[in-house]
Amino acid sequence: MTDKPTISREQLADTFRQFIDPAFVISDDETLKPYECDGLAMYRELPMLVVLPDTVAHVQRVICICHEHNIPVVARGAGTGLCAGAMPHKEGVVLSLARFDRILELDPLARTARLQPGVRNLAISEEAAQYGLYYGPDPSSQIACSIGGNVAENAGGVHCLKYGLTVHNILSVEMITAEGDRVTLGSDGLDCSGMDLLALITGSEGLLGVVTEVKVKLLPKPEVAQVIIAGFDSIEKAGDAVGGIISHGIIPGGLEMMDSHAIIATDDFCHAGYPREAKALLLCEVDGTEEEVQQHIAEAEAVFRKLGATSIRTSQSEEERALLWKGRKSAFPAVGRISPDYYCMDGTIPRRYLARVLLAMEKMAEEFALRVANVFHAGDGNLHPLILFDANVPGELESAEAFGSRILELCVEVGGCITGEHGVGVEKIRQMAVQFNDNELQQFHDIKAAFDPTGILNPGKGVPTLRFCQEYRSIEHKQHKHEQVEASHG
Amino acid sequence: MADQIQELQEQVLQARRNKQTLNIVGGGTKAFMGRLASADASTLSLAGHTGIVEYHPVELVLTARAGTPLQDIEAALAEHGQCLHFEPPRFGDRSTIGGTLACNLSGPARPWSGSVRDQVLGIRLLNGKGEHLRFGGEVLKNVAGYDVSRLQAGAMGTLGAITEISLKVMPKPATTVTLVQDMALDEVIHYMNKRSGEPKPITGACWVDGKVYLRLAGARSAVDATAEKWSGVVMAQGDQFWQQVRDLQHDFFKASEAPLWRFSVGSAATMPALEGRWLLDWAGAQRWYRGQATLSDLEPLARAAGGQVSLFRGGDRAGEVMPAQPEALKTIQRRVKNSFDPDGIFNPGRLYSWL
Repeated sequence: MTDKPTISREQLADTFRQFIDPAFVISDDETLKPYECDGLAMYRELPMLVVLPDTVAHVQRVICICHEHNIPVVARGAGTGLCAGAMPHKEGVVLSLARFDRILELDPLARTARLQPGVRNLAISEEAAQYGLYYGPDPSSQIACSIGGNVAENAGGVHCLKYGLTVHNILSVEMITAEGDRVTLGSDGLDCSGMDLLALITGSEGLLGVVTEVKVKLLPKPEVAQVIIAGFDSIEKAGDAVGGIISHGIIPGGLEMMDSHAIIATDDFCHAGYPREAKALLLCEVDGTEEEVQQHIAEAEAVFRKLGATSIRTSQSEEERALLWKGRKSAFPAVGRISPDYYCMDGTIPRRYLARVLLAMEKMAEEFALRVANVFHAGDGNLHPLILFDANVPGELESAEAFGSRILELCVEVGGCITGEHGVGVEKIRQMAVQFNDNELQQFHDIKAAFDPTGILNPGKGVPTLRFCQEYRSIEHKQHKHEQVEASHG
Repeated sequence: MADQIQELQEQVLQARRNKQTLNIVGGGTKAFMGRLASADASTLSLAGHTGIVEYHPVELVLTARAGTPLQDIEAALAEHGQCLHFEPPRFGDRSTIGGTLACNLSGPARPWSGSVRDQVLGIRLLNGKGEHLRFGGEVLKNVAGYDVSRLQAGAMGTLGAITEISLKVMPKPATTVTLVQDMALDEVIHYMNKRSGEPKPITGACWVDGKVYLRLAGARSAVDATAEKWSGVVMAQGDQFWQQVRDLQHDFFKASEAPLWRFSVGSAATMPALEGRWLLDWAGAQRWYRGQATLSDLEPLARAAGGQVSLFRGGDRAGEVMPAQPEALKTIQRRVKNSFDPDGIFNPGRLYSWL
């Protein structure tokens, strides 16, 4: 934001109430409270106003007014995000798209659905099921998260290796620009001429526009899916088995790994019958036609056996498949049960460094005197270390944050990245300085300015200022040096 | 294989100092695409900037310098039973991976296996300030920063010179079978879309000259069982047919001098009322048309089918060849271009007259 607001909170609320039902223009602190954070509750801020329009024309008008008066606008979907990307700006408006929850059109022949941005991810597949179709990306929060938020974060899920991320599964978006223009990016065709603005918008965390409609592709539901769970007595062996499956030419629908902490926590939670003595567990789901699944399951079992699996179990029914997945899908609440708080990280690494990274993480856990449980989208190298801590113990939250930072930096060090699917938001803005150099960050700022010259959309998120980065890098550098010195003396 | 980044960088900096524009050229096989290249510009050749920088089959990721010919990449992948799933078209032996991304070119498998844009994971790029920047990475999932890598797909070099690309690669399908049968144009769109909605291993659906071609690829058991069930005769020269469609070498593309138009539209959209020869690929989402026409005549037809039309080859390339943009998007694209290339060095006018 370059300029100061030119309108007071009361004036702005009154302006909105002239065209939006006053019940949906929130300005009192008590009703604002639920909007102070998204799914990452450690970052909180009360907004100046929350507004919940229900027509695109009204969204457009809200943005035009905010643009005119230099008021920050933070778009919000279901509020399930995990990087504080939807955390309010204290001098800004939270623009909730929650009332845009209609599926506008579903075309079974073309296999597409036209959606308002507030439609829940799972609701798309539920509606499409009657035609034997579904929507591919399935983030863990799919029961609650909205498609608009999925576009903002380029959401993934457990089936990305085979079926892709949000960016691979959308055809077009309609959005309102920072200057109040209503534009469509993409089309019903599979690609458009010229630079790919649709890809640029996907994952841009509400910094480049406010999405008001999304057209998604739907996929035919596979005839059959079966899941194998294979236990291993070391992380290395499980890691090799992941490589083994892929080298064999099988691309599983889902390929997940859990470490022993996660195995025990989830098995206690939902009694899936996991091998509790295993040091690592793989869940490998194969889907496709009946013949294909039969063939690939037999091959996958053989690969796991050859690479030292200590136990193998393959689902024989839909019920059993659901039960075996239940453990993995409830990993976060399961871990929540064994610790007062947990902090979920989201780095991605080249898979060949898995053992090295997990080992280093265990060492760090000792250093920080905190526990860490790991669930891992093994197929695509996306780690979700869950750092366990107790916010009521002084200093533990800070330790957890510092531990998290170190994990992300480690991911960058081995050639990976700081966020695979949760986004940068406020949370990882510091680590952007580790991932990118100043020229690259400046290029991001210049792109932002191309879409939003006055910087009203979600300011302070996604891309750090260069000054901040220089400071952060020098502090980090000093700290690392300090630690090295201590280590050599200790 | 050679790393020429220093020379390339120096050439860009010099062009900037001398206020000289540059036409980016790789293997030179796509000179027919886009608007006519600027006659005043010098050439920035990526042809010598070649080599596979990194390839770990188990990671399903390959990184290559932009000037690397597709055939070198495909040969390296084939050694490990892998391939580029988006089936990049080759318009000659020298077609490069950089040009493929800049032009966003993908073959017949595109609706099922994704496009080059879908498979790109990261790039390095020389921008108009001569800065060599890195975006994305070599991992399959990455949402740190804006997706500058995929932004390049279709930009035709107007935002900078792509110097290196990391791509997701996939195992080669174990078996491929092509089924062919007679079908009229007015039935085929419905038919191809219906088949695409079945959970079967389909990776190609094309119609030309009164025949529909469906390709099945994957595990032998699944391919054989589906081929058994679906109508159509197994084609002996199936692979050759798809390669000809992919590389625009089929008779449809070669037999006439008429301009070649590309409709990228909704796969199930009704055929535009337009007399002339058609070839439908991508189960109806990519429709090639041969005929004398003007862009402004064809655009309303493409819009009615939910998509766009562009002049792909031949015709008047001094005028616009890409669809008209609404004013708001024109403004944004001009500013995006300016953010990468403030002095307008790269490929002036190649994409649009106004960019």
